Amino acid sequence: MAEPMRIRATMAGDVADVKVLMNHPMETGQRKDAKTGQLVPAHFIQEVTATLNGATVLAADLGSGISRNPYLGFKVKGAKAGDKVSVNWTDNKGDKNSAEATIG
Amino acid sequence: MNALRRNVLKGAAGAGTVAVAVAAGLLKPTQAMAAWNKAAFDAKNVGDAMKGLGVSAPADSKDITIKAPDIAENGAVVPVEVTSGIAGTTAIAIIAEKNATPLVGSYNLSGGTQGFISTRIKMGQTSLVRAVVTAGGKSYTAAKEVKVTIGGCGG
Repeated sequence: MAEPMRIRATMAGDVADVKVLMNHPMETGQRKDAKTGQLVPAHFIQEVTATLNGATVLAADLGSGISRNPYLGFKVKGAKAGDKVSVNWTDNKGDKNSAEATIG
Repeated sequence: MNALRRNVLKGAAGAGTVAVAVAAGLLKPTQAMAAWNKAAFDAKNVGDAMKGLGVSAPADSKDITIKAPDIAENGAVVPVEVTSGIAGTTAIAIIAEKNATPLVGSYNLSGGTQGFISTRIKMGQTSLVRAVVTAGGKSYTAAKEVKVTIGGCGG
């Protein structure tokens, strides 16, 4: 999973508006392959952690009910332009990905 | 005399149970951070999902706003925004009540993160989308119905 993850963080007053777009199939394990008729094994992001300058601001557990290529938006008060936002995720197969962005 | 003594003991035992329950509730967020909450996410109904989250009988709250479409044409992608106006919100969970596994996501907020989560979820069929908010060790909830014309689970 070397697919890139996109983070956009902008300031609105004293609140940072962070938007994250992850690339992931998010298979529920209940969908059948159209060709083979076999169930497609579950493959979805389980944990997402977001940090602001190294301190955790969001620790999320996700289920298979999140849409493909998950979008996640959250707001952090007290951040300022130039701060670093970093997001890490781990899926049920142990794949990981992370990305970092600077609040603009 | 004896009957009174009994009652006093009973009262003390009752209070003890509540304290343990509260402690368990407070411990939950740290546990969720350490490991994915399998019990809650594998739950097949709303009650079990809430139990897995350590939430019981959350109070209805008007301070929770759920922004979602009234009618979702494509159940595979339903935008949902939860805003909690409750001070000291530390966790938000999103539940699609009639999904095969209702719990969609649970978010622990720390630092300066506000009571706001925006995401996109899958919905198998028309149902209530429920938000469960934890603030100051108490649970609050609100729900909004989303009509789904094409299901997004299994299709």
